[in-house]
Amino acid sequence: MIITENLTKRFGHFTAVDAISFQVKKGEIFGFLGANGAGKTTAMRMLCGLSLPTSGKASVAGFDVFKQTEDIKRNIGYMSQKFSLYEDLTVIENMRFYGGIYGKSDAFIREKTAYVLKELQLENEAKKLVKSLPLGWKQKLAFSVAIFHEPSIVFLDEPTGGVDPVTRREFWNLIYQAAEQGITIFVTTHYMDEAEYCNRVSIMVDGKIEALDSPTGLKQSFAAKSMDEVFLKLARKATRTAN
Amino acid sequence: MKQFISFVKKEFYHIIRDKRTLFILLVMPIVQIIIFGFALTNEVKNSAIAVLDQSKDAASAELSQEIDESNYFTIQKSLNNASEIEPEFKKGKIKMVVVFPQNFGSDLKHFNKAQIQLIADASDPNVANTMVSYASRIIMDYQNRVNQELKLPYTIKTEYRMLYNPQLKGAYSFVPGVMSMVLMLICTMMTAITIVKEKELGTMEVMLVSPVQPLKIVIAKAVPYLMLSIINICTILLLSVFVLDVPINGSLVLLILESILFILTSLALGLLISSATDSQQTAMFISLTGMFLPTIMLSGFMFPIENMPLPLQIISNAVPAKWFYIIVKSVMIKGVGFASVWKETLILTGMMLFLLFLSIKKFKIRLA
Amino acid sequence: MKAVVAENLVKTYGKKKDLTEALKEVSFEVDKGELFGIIGPDGAGKTSLFRILTTLLLADKGSATVDGFDVVKGYKSIRKRVGYMPGRFSLYQDLTVAENLEFFATIFETSIEENYDLIKDIYSQIEPFKDRKAGKLSGGMKQKLALSCALIHRPSVLFLDEPTTGVDAVSRKEFWDMLKNLKKQGITILVSTPYMDEAELCDKVALIQTGKILSIDTPAGIVDQFGKQLLAVRSDKMFALLKDLKHFEGTEDIYAFGEYHHLVLKDAFGENTIKDFIQSKGHQKVEVVTVKPAIEDCFISLMKAS
Repeated sequence: MIITENLTKRFGHFTAVDAISFQVKKGEIFGFLGANGAGKTTAMRMLCGLSLPTSGKASVAGFDVFKQTEDIKRNIGYMSQKFSLYEDLTVIENMRFYGGIYGKSDAFIREKTAYVLKELQLENEAKKLVKSLPLGWKQKLAFSVAIFHEPSIVFLDEPTGGVDPVTRREFWNLIYQAAEQGITIFVTTHYMDEAEYCNRVSIMVDGKIEALDSPTGLKQSFAAKSMDEVFLKLARKATRTAN
Repeated sequence: MKQFISFVKKEFYHIIRDKRTLFILLVMPIVQIIIFGFALTNEVKNSAIAVLDQSKDAASAELSQEIDESNYFTIQKSLNNASEIEPEFKKGKIKMVVVFPQNFGSDLKHFNKAQIQLIADASDPNVANTMVSYASRIIMDYQNRVNQELKLPYTIKTEYRMLYNPQLKGAYSFVPGVMSMVLMLICTMMTAITIVKEKELGTMEVMLVSPVQPLKIVIAKAVPYLMLSIINICTILLLSVFVLDVPINGSLVLLILESILFILTSLALGLLISSATDSQQTAMFISLTGMFLPTIMLSGFMFPIENMPLPLQIISNAVPAKWFYIIVKSVMIKGVGFASVWKETLILTGMMLFLLFLSIKKFKIRLA
Repeated sequence: MKAVVAENLVKTYGKKKDLTEALKEVSFEVDKGELFGIIGPDGAGKTSLFRILTTLLLADKGSATVDGFDVVKGYKSIRKRVGYMPGRFSLYQDLTVAENLEFFATIFETSIEENYDLIKDIYSQIEPFKDRKAGKLSGGMKQKLALSCALIHRPSVLFLDEPTTGVDAVSRKEFWDMLKNLKKQGITILVSTPYMDEAELCDKVALIQTGKILSIDTPAGIVDQFGKQLLAVRSDKMFALLKDLKHFEGTEDIYAFGEYHHLVLKDAFGENTIKDFIQSKGHQKVEVVTVKPAIEDCFISLMKAS
C-alpha cells in the first residue's frame, strides 16, 4: 500500500526527512510516531501528495508521489486533529459535501450516509449543526467522513488529541472495523497506549526512522516494559530542537 | 513608570520588527501625496479641443491662437461644418468645441457685439465647467484688450483674483485632504489592530492577570504610533513644499500642534475600536468602512460639504477629519493664526478627550 | 487559610437555544503548597474554571477565593500575586527570550535578578537561546520560557492551563520534574491536563468531565474508590477478545488499554474462571492478571456511572 525508498525532504540546508524507507501492507494499522520536530508531519505530507520530496522514491496506493499526486489525493482519506468537519454545516450536509468532492454518485451518498448514521447512532442528530455535537461524537463522525468515499488508505494525524478516554476507545473500535474491511490505516499519535493497538510502529528521531517493528518486537529490542519506555529511550537521543 | 516605559518599548519592538507593516506605514503617505499631487487633478492642462471657425477672419484667427497658446488648451482639429461636431465628441478625444459664427470679426467691429459658442463634453461635469470657465476667461481677456483699444464708454470690467491659490492648483486642496486621510488611516487602523491582536494571540490574557492598569496599556500602545505619525507629517509637509510647491503660509508650529491633536483623536478612535472588537478582521473592517470611507466622503476635501443635503451636512460635523481639514487649509494655505481656528480646535479637542475616555472605559478588564 | 476555594461555580455560554453549560456547580479546595491536578478531556471545563479563578471571567453563579481574596471583588489583589500560564503559551512571538522575561518582570514591578533563584533551574535550560525570538522556539522551550515568565514575580499560586498539551513526551516529563521542584519552594500549583497518567504525579486531583467534577481525592484515594475487580487480559486475537468478553455474564466493562484489555467485573471472579472462558472461545496465549486500577480506569468508570 505504501512503499518508500530513501524518501528525503530538504528545506535549504535543513533535512527534515532523511532517507526513510519502509513499507505498509494492505489492511495494516501502522503507527507513525515521533516527537514534535522529528519530521512526522513533513513525511505525512509527502505521502498524501501535498508536498514534493527532494529525493528518493515512494508510492501510495500504487501511485507515485512525484508524478501522480492528484491520483493519490483521490484515493486516500485524511483526518487531523485541527480540522475535520465544517462546524456550521449539519451532519448530513458534511457527508454530502465530502461525498461529492470525491465524485461519488447520489445513490452512493444516500446509502452511505444512512449507514454511517446508524453505525454511530447519530440518526437523531442528522440535521443538527456539527458544532452542537459533543467533541467525542465529532471525532468519530470525522473519521467516518474521512473514509466515506471508501479509500484504500486513510491518514490520521493525531486524531484523538484531548478526547476523553471512553471516546478514544470507541474511536479505535472504528479504526479496527475499518482495518477489518481492508482499509489501511496510517496513524500518528502522542498516546503511547494507542501505539499498542497498531500492527507495527515506526519511530522517527531527527528525520530518520530509528525503530520499526511490532509493539511486542520493539519492547523486546529495547528491553522496555511499555511503548512509553521505548519512546522515551529513543526520544532522549534526539539532538534536533523543533521549530 | 518603569512599567509604562517597558510597555512602550515592547510596542516599539512589535512595530519595528514587522518590516512589512512598517514599510506601509512610512511609505504610504509618500505614495499618496505623490499620486494625489501629480496624477489626480481637476485641473485642465493642454486639453484637446476643436475649433469650428465659420468666419475665418483675422479676429477669429487671433482669438483661436490665444486659446491655443494658453496652457489649458491645445487645438487638435479644425472642423469644417456643424455636422462634424457630434462625431468628434463621440470619438472621445475632443472635450470642447469653440464655434465662431459667420461674420464674427465684422460683427465685433461694426455692431460691437458678437457671439461665441462653447460646446463642452459634460459627461464629466466638473471638467466641462472648468474648461468653459477657462475658455471664457481667455475670451474675456481678449475682449478687454480689444475694448481698451476701442475706448468704449460704460464698460464693466470684471477683474478677478483667485486668493491664496492664484494658479488654481489642485494640490492646494489635496495636500490638506491627503494629510487628514493618511493620518486618519494610519492612526485609526493600526491602533485598532494592536489591542485586538493581543486578544487573538492570547497574550492579553496574561497581561490582564498582572498589576498593570488598563489606562497604561491603552496609552502605551498609542505612543509609538504617535511618534510614527509625527514622522509622517514631516514627510508630507516636506514633500508638499518642495515637490508640489504648496506653501506653508501660516505658522509651522501651529500646524504641527494641530496635527498632533488630530493624530491623538484618530488614535483614540482606533483604540476604541480595538477595545470593542474581538477579531483583527472585524477591527480592520470597521476602521475601513466605518471610519475611513466616511472621512473621505464627508470631510469636505473631495466633495464640498456645502453642496450636500442637510442630513449629510449635519453628520459631517461628527467626522473629526472635517474640522482638521478646515484647520489645515486655514493655517497652511490661508496663513491664519490660532485666533481664527480656535473654534475648530476646541471641537477637535473635545472629540479627542471624549474618544479617549470612551476607549479606556470600554477596555475590558475581563475576557467576557 | 486555603490557597484556593471554589464553591458551586456555574458557567454557561451561548444564547437561549444554544446553551452550553461549561461548569455545573464545581466545588473544591486546594491547600497551600499543594500540587493540585484538574484532569479531564477537551470540553470538560478546565479552561473556563481557570479563567474564573484568575479573575478573567465572571462565574454565573457560585463564588471562589484565591489566597483569601474574592475573585470578583478582590481581583486586583489576585492579579498581583498569581502566576498564570494559559493554553497556547502566550508569549510575544516577535520578542526574544530575554526580552519576554524582562518585560514580564517589569510588568510585575520586579526584576529578573530579584527572583532568579526561583527560575534558575528552568531558565538555565533556555538561556543559551536568550537572543532567539520566542516564535522560533520548540514546543518544549516555549513551555520553559512561559513557565519562567509566570514565576518571575514569585507568585503564591501558580495556574497552569494545559501546559503539556502539544508537547513531546520527553519535555512533558521534564516539565513535571520542574513542577515537583517548585513545590518544594512552597508555591501552590494548579495544573490542568487531559493526560490521565499525569494525574498520578499530583498531590490531589479533581477529575472533571463536561463541567462536572467526578471525584476529588489523592491519586491513591481515587484508586481505592474504584471498588471493583480489575483484570488485565491478553490473547493472540485482541479484537476478537474484546467482542467475546462483552458477552461474558460477569463483565461490567471491557475496553482496550494498550498492551492488555482491562476487564471490570461485576462480582469477584477467579482469574482461572476468566482464563477458561477466554480459551473456550478459541483464543491462544491467554494471559489473565489482577491489576490495580490506573486513574484512567477510574475516570472511565466514573464517566460511565454519571
